[in-house]
Amino acid sequence: MDTFMLSRLQFAANISFHILFPTITIALCWFLVFFRLRHDATRGTPAAAGWEQAYYFWTKVFALTFAMGVVSGITMSFQFGTNWPGFMEHAGNIAGPLLGYEVLSAFFLEATFLGIMLFGRGRVSDRVHLVATLMVAFGTTLSAFWILSLNSWMQTPAGYEIIDGKFHAVDWLAIVFNPSFPYRLGHKLLASALTAGFLIAGVSAWQLLKGTATEGTRKALRTAITAVALVIPLQIFMGDLHGLNTLQHQPAKIAAIEGIWHTEKGAPLTLFGWPNEKESRTDYALQIPKGASLILAHDADAELKGLNEFPGAHPPVAPVFWGFRVMVGLGLLMLAVAWVAAWVLYRRRAHDLATLPRPLLYTLVGMAFSGWVATLAGWYVTEIGRQPYLVYGLFRTADAVAPHAPAMVAGTLAAYLTVYVLLLTAYVGVIKYMAEHSTLPLPAVAPPAPAQAS
Amino acid sequence: METLTWATALPLIFMAIMGLALLAYVILDGYDLGVGMLLPFATDAEKDVMVSSIGPFWDANETWLVLGIGVLLICFPMAHGMVLSALYLPVAVMLLGLVLRGVAFDFRVKARDAHKATWNRVFAAGSLVTTLSQGWMLGAYITGFQRDLWGMLFATGIALTLPAAYAMLGVGWLIMKTDGELQRKAARWGQGALWPMGFALMGISLATPLVSRTVFDKWFVLPELFALLPIPLACVAAFFAIRHVLAAPRVVAAGYGWIVFAATVLIFVLAFFGLAYSIYPYIVIDRLTVWEAASATESLAVIGVGVAITLPAIILYTIFMYRVFWGKARELTYGL
Repeated sequence: MDTFMLSRLQFAANISFHILFPTITIALCWFLVFFRLRHDATRGTPAAAGWEQAYYFWTKVFALTFAMGVVSGITMSFQFGTNWPGFMEHAGNIAGPLLGYEVLSAFFLEATFLGIMLFGRGRVSDRVHLVATLMVAFGTTLSAFWILSLNSWMQTPAGYEIIDGKFHAVDWLAIVFNPSFPYRLGHKLLASALTAGFLIAGVSAWQLLKGTATEGTRKALRTAITAVALVIPLQIFMGDLHGLNTLQHQPAKIAAIEGIWHTEKGAPLTLFGWPNEKESRTDYALQIPKGASLILAHDADAELKGLNEFPGAHPPVAPVFWGFRVMVGLGLLMLAVAWVAAWVLYRRRAHDLATLPRPLLYTLVGMAFSGWVATLAGWYVTEIGRQPYLVYGLFRTADAVAPHAPAMVAGTLAAYLTVYVLLLTAYVGVIKYMAEHSTLPLPAVAPPAPAQAS
Repeated sequence: METLTWATALPLIFMAIMGLALLAYVILDGYDLGVGMLLPFATDAEKDVMVSSIGPFWDANETWLVLGIGVLLICFPMAHGMVLSALYLPVAVMLLGLVLRGVAFDFRVKARDAHKATWNRVFAAGSLVTTLSQGWMLGAYITGFQRDLWGMLFATGIALTLPAAYAMLGVGWLIMKTDGELQRKAARWGQGALWPMGFALMGISLATPLVSRTVFDKWFVLPELFALLPIPLACVAAFFAIRHVLAAPRVVAAGYGWIVFAATVLIFVLAFFGLAYSIYPYIVIDRLTVWEAASATESLAVIGVGVAITLPAIILYTIFMYRVFWGKARELTYGL
């Protein structure tokens, strides 16, 4: 393999590993805020202890996940320079401030207040602690805002002019709120809610199965199932809007997703098949006649552009085609599981969650990390779907890569992959261990002494 | 005389911000990396106290590195590519070290007890590897990425120096944040790190002008030499202050243990300004000046507004956080 391909793989490995953790923490932090507020609201009643247990357990998971996100995020900030210097040299005037605002306004909010949120018990007042928790939640969401703004700008660039091959900013509002940004941000935040929700539900189900459930487990499970059952239809709707937006701005990506090789009227919807890029056709295709035209243009006879319209400027078909089907398939599965679980849960409003049907609990355990798979599949659709461009239609990925020796890039890639596999194993293992040995929170301590200099 | 315009001033302002962010990083993450490297010398109970002493801080400490590298990336894209491409391997090694120590911090208390010793070792090894590669990167940067024997020797020299210097910061931190036997132990570790740090700093100071003609010409001319003399003299004074406090338990007991940390910080600050003076106006020595490397003025202005609003806030709540966790380290507990 050449340096270009190896560098792309390395970037994909780093960003895939990184995105796993923010995808959990963005929404998990709002779940924690909710647990915390419920605890405050039920103070003095038996329910308060349950909310505190839920808060306590998931704060530990949050701390672990956040640490994984921080360290893998540091790796990201170096990747641009070590492997893709051409990107910042050409697009730095626009990418720079967006990344800068992410670091300044968001990253610091998270990292600084995290210490107080995690370990502030007994050191600051309840009110300050709540503010710190809100700051962390707000910071993680703000991080997503800026990063997705830049990512969307790379997909649907706006508000720029090009002088001597370099991008210059003309209209910052148009840059930040570029055409695909609202859809992408909404899609990502909802994805985070689903990822965190299914993780909470899966781990809680495991605790019920293993007999380590507490009152907090039941509260967390109920919250998570309610959340995912409400969010999943929104997400499917948002995904559809995002797809229509993509059709408007990146028809080549849609052609690859749908496996439309030649421009045609009344294009069929391919459910499954084997994309054959050499022969420009989909082998063994299972198709619904006129389906794609109907879904994408809301007109059974509408013309859809095929890949033949974009010679040398369309993405590789197979990964985009398959990524999309994995994402959509998981989305539908989430819908089914979330609604069945919600139905079962609400029919048993009493406290006998221990008697939940075991097949349902095992299904929830199996879905614990389904958000990760769907998120990655979706990212591969949109990012591989942007190829061969880095800034869509304007700047090619191949023009940004640093000319390192292939062996060196292969060496670092192997090292990163090894570490990532080990850490993922450890992460999942530790969460499982924590679920099976859930401890109760320490009794609330006396009112904190004011901080004082010694 | 040239008039001062935004196009000339903004790159300088951001150079200063980047430098200060990296200085803040070196001091702040320096002490927690130092504590990490000292971990193997402590008993199991002491290890928990040591990790507790840095627990609430390390996330934020490492974020200063992201800010420093972020400013390089955002404001000096040309230099960012040149510097990080040249440092490809050490950067990768440092990142792996940072990743391992960062996660080990959390895993060591959450994994099953049988694995705790392994995560402790990962934590210490990650801290050491991170420090070694940062030293190497600094050395390579000062020589302008010379690939000859002297350049390599110089970078190796700094790579071996930095662990002693970070360990001293860690010692200073532990003297402030712990008491009893661990505090006494920390002072002993400090005595062990003292002379290696002193000799290495002296060696670097003498070698820098020798490997770089540009640096030599900036220091060894009159009258600048006399104006600069306070820098090395203050370093020597700080060094002997550390030596005195470490050897005198009574001074520590009387509440002056913070002198070790403060004097080590002083050495870092002075070395930083010495280095800044040596390199200015270059961002990559002898190759790229601050202005050649800078982004378009309109982009710098946009990010400048954000910096002017957020940086003071960041500094204020960083101080607030240090006040909240002021005093001797206690066991860390999660909860409401």
